[in-house]
Amino acid sequence: MIDLVWLIPLLPLVGFLVNGLGRNVLPKSLVSFIGCGVVLIAFLLSCGVFSTVYAARQAGEVAAFTQPVFDWISAGNLQVSLSFLVDPLSAVMLLIVTGIGFLIHVYSIGYMQQDAGFAKFFAYLNLFIFFMLLLVLGSNYIVMFIGWEGVGLCSYLLIGFWFKNSSYASAAKKAFVMNRIGDLGFLIAVFLIFATFGTFEFTGVFPQAAKMVTGDTTLLLITLLLFVAATGKSAQIPLFTWLPDAMAGPTPVSALIHAATMVTAGIYMIARSNILFTLSPITLQVVAAIGICTALLAAAIAVTQNDIKKVLAYSTVSQLGYMFLGLGVGAFTGAFFHVITHAFFKALLFLGAGSVIHAMSDEQDMRSMGGLKKHLPVTYLTMLIGTIAIAGIPPLSGFFSKDEILAHAFAHSKLLWILGFIGALFTAFYMFRMLFLTFFGRFRGTSEQEKHLHESPATMTVPLIVLAVLAAIGGLLNVPSALGGGHALANFLAPVFADSVAKTGEFHLEHSTEYVLMGISALAAVVMAVVAYRLYVSKAVVPDPDEVPRGWLAKLSYRKFYVDELYDALVVRPLNALSVFFYRTVDKGGIDGIVDGIGKAAGESSKGIRLLQSGNVGFYIFMMVIGVIALLAYGIFNG
Amino acid sequence: MDNLFILLLLPVLGAIVLAFVNQVKSARQFALAVSLVSLGLTIPFLLNFVPDASIQFEQQFAWIPALGIHFHIGIDGISLPLVLLTNGLIPLIILSAFSYDYKGGFYALILFMQAGLLLVFTALDAFAFYVGWEIALIPIYFICALWGGENRIRVNLKFFVYTFLGSLLMLIAIIYLHLQVPSGDYELTSFYQLTLDSGTQRWVFWAFFLAFAIKMPIFPFHTWQPDTYTEAPTAGTMLLAGIMLKMGVYGVIRWLIPIAPLGFAAYGQLALILCVIGVVYASIIAFKQQDVKRLVAYSSIAHVGLIGAGVFAWNVQGLQGAMIQMINHGISVVGLFFVLDIVARRLGTREMQAMGGIAKTAPVLAIVFLVIVMGAVGLPLTNGFVGEFLLLMGVYHYGIWYAVFGGLTLILGAVYMLRMYQKVMLGDSNAQTSNFLDINRTEWLVLTVIVVLVIGIGIYPKPLLHISEAAVTELVEKVNLINN
Repeated sequence: MIDLVWLIPLLPLVGFLVNGLGRNVLPKSLVSFIGCGVVLIAFLLSCGVFSTVYAARQAGEVAAFTQPVFDWISAGNLQVSLSFLVDPLSAVMLLIVTGIGFLIHVYSIGYMQQDAGFAKFFAYLNLFIFFMLLLVLGSNYIVMFIGWEGVGLCSYLLIGFWFKNSSYASAAKKAFVMNRIGDLGFLIAVFLIFATFGTFEFTGVFPQAAKMVTGDTTLLLITLLLFVAATGKSAQIPLFTWLPDAMAGPTPVSALIHAATMVTAGIYMIARSNILFTLSPITLQVVAAIGICTALLAAAIAVTQNDIKKVLAYSTVSQLGYMFLGLGVGAFTGAFFHVITHAFFKALLFLGAGSVIHAMSDEQDMRSMGGLKKHLPVTYLTMLIGTIAIAGIPPLSGFFSKDEILAHAFAHSKLLWILGFIGALFTAFYMFRMLFLTFFGRFRGTSEQEKHLHESPATMTVPLIVLAVLAAIGGLLNVPSALGGGHALANFLAPVFADSVAKTGEFHLEHSTEYVLMGISALAAVVMAVVAYRLYVSKAVVPDPDEVPRGWLAKLSYRKFYVDELYDALVVRPLNALSVFFYRTVDKGGIDGIVDGIGKAAGESSKGIRLLQSGNVGFYIFMMVIGVIALLAYGIFNG
Repeated sequence: MDNLFILLLLPVLGAIVLAFVNQVKSARQFALAVSLVSLGLTIPFLLNFVPDASIQFEQQFAWIPALGIHFHIGIDGISLPLVLLTNGLIPLIILSAFSYDYKGGFYALILFMQAGLLLVFTALDAFAFYVGWEIALIPIYFICALWGGENRIRVNLKFFVYTFLGSLLMLIAIIYLHLQVPSGDYELTSFYQLTLDSGTQRWVFWAFFLAFAIKMPIFPFHTWQPDTYTEAPTAGTMLLAGIMLKMGVYGVIRWLIPIAPLGFAAYGQLALILCVIGVVYASIIAFKQQDVKRLVAYSSIAHVGLIGAGVFAWNVQGLQGAMIQMINHGISVVGLFFVLDIVARRLGTREMQAMGGIAKTAPVLAIVFLVIVMGAVGLPLTNGFVGEFLLLMGVYHYGIWYAVFGGLTLILGAVYMLRMYQKVMLGDSNAQTSNFLDINRTEWLVLTVIVVLVIGIGIYPKPLLHISEAAVTELVEKVNLINN
C-alpha cells in the first residue's frame, strides 16, 4: 500500500488539470464527479496507507516509510529530492485532508451549484488538496515548503474567487503577502538547517539534532524562524489579520482551508520538528506566549462580532492559539489531537454557517437572522453539536483535546492555565451567542429572505451529519487514563515524539488534580452557555446596529483592537511614502539628475547623435552590416 | 550540423535580406523563419554537448593578425544556456511583434542584434567579445530611437551616455590587458593567465564592473533602465530585459571575476551589497508605479539584483542559481511584457487606473498572466523558485544577513506583483475593459510556450542545471584557489 502513496497527491492534481482545462465543456455533473471522485479515491488510498501504518504500530514498529519520487534540484553539495514520508503523523493528516476534503467537496456541489465558476472552483479545490498533501507527505523541508507555498496560492485564488468585488481581491492579496512574510522565515530556517545538518531530510536532521545540547543557539535560531513561518500560515500574532479577511472566500473554502487543514500546517510543521523545539526551551516559551495571547485576543474580538463567519474566523484564530499553547508547553500529542478535533467541529461549524448563509440568500449578519432552527433543523442540530464540542463540554470531542492542552499548561505554569481557562470561558460564550442569535428567538430578516428560508439539499446536509458524528465522538481517539482511556492517539504517534519525550520525561499529573481541572472547565463552559442563553434567548438581546455608539471596551473589541489600522500606520503607509521618496527624490532627482547633467554636456559636444532624429534606418543598418562584413572579410582574406 | 560560425552568421545573412524587405507580411514570415532555423540549429549543440568543464565546438581563425586579433569562439556549460536563451527567445519576440506593422528593417535589427548577442556569449577572444558587445548595442539604439514612445530621443540619449561610458571603460581595460599578454593576443585564456598585481586588478575590476553593472543594471547605475524599458517598443524591451542584460551577468562570470580575482577579493563584497540594495530599493519603488511597463522595469532591477548577488557570492549554488535564473528571468520578463503589451494595446494606455476586471472577459489571458506572475514571485513548482532558492542559498553561504535582505524579494515581490495583477485583472470591469477581447491565436501560441517553460523548468530543472554544473564548479574553484 505504501508503494502507491505517490498516487494520493497525483489524483487531485489530475482532477485539477481535467476540470481546469475542461471547465467550459464539461457538464456540472461530470465536474463534480471528477472533483469529488479523485479526492474519494485519494481518501480510500489514504485509509489503506493508514491501516498499513497502524498494523506496523500494533506490531511495535516505528512505522516510518520513505518513498523517493525523483531528484529535483542539485547544485554542488546540495541535493533536493522530491520524496514522501509516511509515518503515524502524516498518516493521520492524510486521513484528515482527504477525508474532510472529500466531505467539503461533496458539500460544494450543493453550495456552488448556481455559481458561474463551478468548474473553476472544483479545479482550485483539487489543486489545494494536491498541495496540502505535498505539505503533509514531504519527507524533507523543501517538499514541505512546496506544499506550504502552494496552499498559499490556492488560498489566494479561493479567497479572491469572487474577484469582481475588489475588497475580496484585496483580502486575497493580503493573505498571500502576510503568508510570504512567514515563508521568508521558513526559507532562512531551511538554509540554516542545511548549513547545520547537511541535509533537508527529516530522517537525517532529527537524529542529528537529538544529539545536540538543550539551548543550542543554532537550534534556537532555526526554531524561532520556523515559528515565524508558523505564525503566518496559522494566523498567530502578529500575522493573524489575514485570516478574518479570508472569509471573503466561498464558505466551503473557509471550512476546508481556513479552518480544518491549511491553517493547521504551522502546528503540523512544529509537531514534525518537535525535537528541534524541545531542545530550544526559549522558543517553546515564545510559542506558548504567542499562542495564549492570540487565543485571548481573538476570543475577545469574537464576542462582539456580528458576521457569522467572522465569529468563526476569530474562533479559529483563537483555537489555533490553543494549539500553539499546547506545543509550547510540550503537549505535542495534545496539540495535534486538537488539530484533529478542531478539524471536525470547525469544518462542521463553517459548513453549517454556509448552510445558514445559503438559506438566508447570502446574508451573513446575525442581527438579521434568528429563529432559524425550525427552518433548518438539520443545520441547527449539527451546529449545536459543533458548538458543544468547541465549547469544551463533555463528552464531545473538544473537551478531551482542550483538556489535554490545559492539563499540560497547568503542569507547566499555573498562569498559563488560568489564561487558557479565561479563553475557554470566552469560547463557550461567543459560540453559544452565535448559536442563539442565529437559531433562536424570532426571525429578524426581511420578508423576502423569510420566504426563501429552506433546509439545504442532501449534498450539504449529509456532510454536516457525518462531521457532527465525528465532532461528537472524536474525543475517543485519545481518552486520558484519568478517565479510564488508553491514550490511543498518543501511543500511535509515540515514535514521532519519542526523542522529545526522552529529553523531557513522561508527562505526569495526579489524577485527582486532573479531575478538578476537568470539572472546573466543563462546569465553566456550561455556565457561560447559560449566561449566553439568558442574554440572547431569555432577554432576546440583539447586538446594536453599527451606528449606535458603543462603550470603549465593546468598541475596541468590535473594531478588532485596531490592529489593521495599526499595521496600516506603522508599515503600509511608511512603505508607500518610502516608495514615492525613492522614486521621485532619489531616483529621478538624485541619480538621474547627475546623469542628465553629464548627458547634456556630452550632447552639446557631439552633434553626431542628433543624426538619430532624422536618419534613414535602412542606411544605418546597411552601414552596420557593411562594417561587419568588412571586418569579417578582412579576417578571411588574411587568414 | 554543430558549426558555431554558421549559427552566428545565419542571423546576419537574414538581417541583410530583411533590410530590403518592405512588405510587412513577408518580412514577418521571413524573420520568423530565420529565427526558427536558428533555434533548430541550436539543437545539435544541445545534443552533442558533453556536460564537462571544457570548451566545445571551438572555431578559430586569424582576424586581424597584425593586431593579434582572432575570431575565436566556442561553447562551454556557461555559454550554452545563454545561447539557448537567445535563440529560444528571439522567435517569441518576433512573434510578439506581429501585432504591429513593422517592416523588414525592424526585424533586421532584431536578427542583427541576435548575432551580436551570440558572439558575446561565445567569444573566447576579448576583441571578438567587444565587437559582439557593440553589435548587440547598436541595433537596440535604433529600435528604441525609431519605434519608441514620445520621449524616446531624450531617453535614448541617457541610455547611450550610460552604455557608451561603460563600453569605453571596458575597451580601455581590454587594451591594457592585451598589452600585458606576452604572446600579444586577446585570448581569454591569455587574460586568465595574467598575474597582475593587486593594485592593477583593482582598477581593471572597476573598468569591467561599471560596463557590466550598467548593462544589468545594478544600483545605482540603473536609472537609464526604467525610462528605456518604458519608452522602447515592447519587442525592444523584451530584447533588453530578456536577453541583453544577461550580457552583463555573463560578463561578470566569464570575464570580470576570473580576470581580476584580487580586485574581486577587494570589491566583491561592495558589489554584492549594491546588488542587494537594488533588490530592496527597486522593489519598494515598484510598489507605487502606475505605468505597468515601468513597474515591471523596476521589478527587473530587483530580480537582476538578486542574480548579481548570487554571482558575487561566488559559490556553486549562487552561480548555478544565477545561470538558471538568467533563463527564468528571460522567460518571465518576456511573458510579463507581452501580456502587458496585449492589455495596453487593447486599452490604449499603460496606466493601471484604466484597467481592472479583465479576468472576467479574458479568462485565458488572466490564467496565463497568473502563472507568469507566480513564476516571477518565485512560487515553488514554477521556474522562478528554483533560481531564487539557489541564489538565496548561495548568498546565505556568503552571509546570513545578505540572504535575509535579499530574501525580502519574496515579500516585496508578492506585494507589487499581486497589486499589479489585482489592478489589471481583478475587480469590476469599466467601460473599456468590459468588452476586452481574449487572446488570439498568435498570442496564445507565444503565451503557451512561456507557460509550459515556466512550469516545466519549475518541475524538472535538472537538465538545465546539469549543463552548467561542471563549468561553474571549475570556475569557482579556479578563482577561489587564487584568492586563498
